Amino acid sequence: MSKFTSKPVRDSLTIACATLLQPSGTAQAELMEDIEIDTAVLYYSESDGRVSLIEPVIKLKSELEEDEFFSLQIVFDALTGASPNGAQSSNVAQTFTTPSGNGSYTIAAGDLPLDDTFRDTRLAVTATLEKPVDRLTKNLFTANFSKEFDWLSLGAGYTFSKDFNQRNTTFSAGAGLTLDTIDPIGGAPIALSTMAAQNKESDESRTSYDLMVGLTQVLSKKTITQLNLGISQSDGYHNDPFKIVSEFDNITGQPTGTYLFESRPDARQRTTLYWKTAHHLTEDVINFAYRFYTDDWGIDSHTLDLKYRFTLSDTDYLQPHIRYYSQTAADFYRHSLLDNETVPEFVSADYRLGEFNTMTYGIKYGRNLGKNHDISGRIEFMQQTGDSNPADAVGEQLNQDLYPDLDAIILQFSYSFIW
Amino acid sequence: MSKIIQVVFLLLFLFSLSACLSENVKPWERGTLAKQSMQLVPDELENFLDEHIYFSKEASTGGRSVGGGGCGCN
Repeated sequence: MSKFTSKPVRDSLTIACATLLQPSGTAQAELMEDIEIDTAVLYYSESDGRVSLIEPVIKLKSELEEDEFFSLQIVFDALTGASPNGAQSSNVAQTFTTPSGNGSYTIAAGDLPLDDTFRDTRLAVTATLEKPVDRLTKNLFTANFSKEFDWLSLGAGYTFSKDFNQRNTTFSAGAGLTLDTIDPIGGAPIALSTMAAQNKESDESRTSYDLMVGLTQVLSKKTITQLNLGISQSDGYHNDPFKIVSEFDNITGQPTGTYLFESRPDARQRTTLYWKTAHHLTEDVINFAYRFYTDDWGIDSHTLDLKYRFTLSDTDYLQPHIRYYSQTAADFYRHSLLDNETVPEFVSADYRLGEFNTMTYGIKYGRNLGKNHDISGRIEFMQQTGDSNPADAVGEQLNQDLYPDLDAIILQFSYSFIW
Repeated sequence: MSKIIQVVFLLLFLFSLSACLSENVKPWERGTLAKQSMQLVPDELENFLDEHIYFSKEASTGGRSVGGGGCGCN
């Protein structure tokens, strides 16, 4: 821990940050007295040997000038495990080609087809500068970089906010741009081509634009609420290069052995409405959020999130959490195709585009260890459930689980301090 | 789209109503509102990690801010 108290190192970093951001004023370095440091590590694990994730994150925040803040967040994540490839289970063993095209794996009868060659690591960095224009107005600039083995994402955002009504109302408006480049090993598969053919093309890209307006209102000395409207447009490659759709015999309901790479539209427009409220009771705090989401792929969703913070003492709290999420399916979602139908222009069996609900229950404990040292830990359980026996199942499919539940555990430990 | 417009108008109406009914809270009356636990996002890292999980497992995303980084998360 001694490195955190090494003053010469801290001063060097302070001066370096200030010099980078304030080319005209080395004297500004002296304004940066402290650096707020938030750290956390997330462990996420799905049952049945599906995805596991470890994600450490650190965020440094410093005041450059009065009310002017710079923060830097660095995230690393390591993913292992097995991910559904989009094919359905059946009463016979099924063999699939690995995403690279160089190998194969076989799934036993009755098991959900999972691709266990799936692993990835990611590094993401976000820099944020909050700069006041005057006492009531401020600008927020963000820049993002995220790199994983087959994916590069670059993003930038700008948000303007202004206080009104004796600072009881805040209006904000923002715009963002994200550029994604997707370069799967062996290339991106051509939509609707067969897995056996392994027809691939070079890397793909996607551009996303976000716009948002929001209002925040102080309702009383103990209540604050916020309403945001967001619109997002993305153009380019939207397929998941690892997802296939399986073809079944229209009478027997058994796989024909043909698997097609999925095909999604090359544009998507999303609209979100987000409402959040925090209310302080005598000691405790209620934090409630609701989001309505709709997009032009036919997906509508509702998210409800409730946290209740019990104040146990001046230094401790316990916070139960419950989250409910429900979405409708994309217009082109199909659990599988039948061999007597024309292949649709767009089709995906990615379970995340199906109709399902998610329930999350959790509890968090937090403690202040004295002078600007805080720790917390949480444990949560998440379950996703969909329609296991859809009405359009045929033959043997009636005996299979066409939307297996997903269970996951979420663990997080956090430590914050001021350096 | 008409559905979301209806919801927007309903919420804006409720929001305006709540704004009209709200107290004019003076700067010196903001002790409670200034607490960390009363921030709309009291724990930024927890919020960030949750958004990453649900972005990877659900079709919906966004609502809180703009310009978030993308990823090919599975």
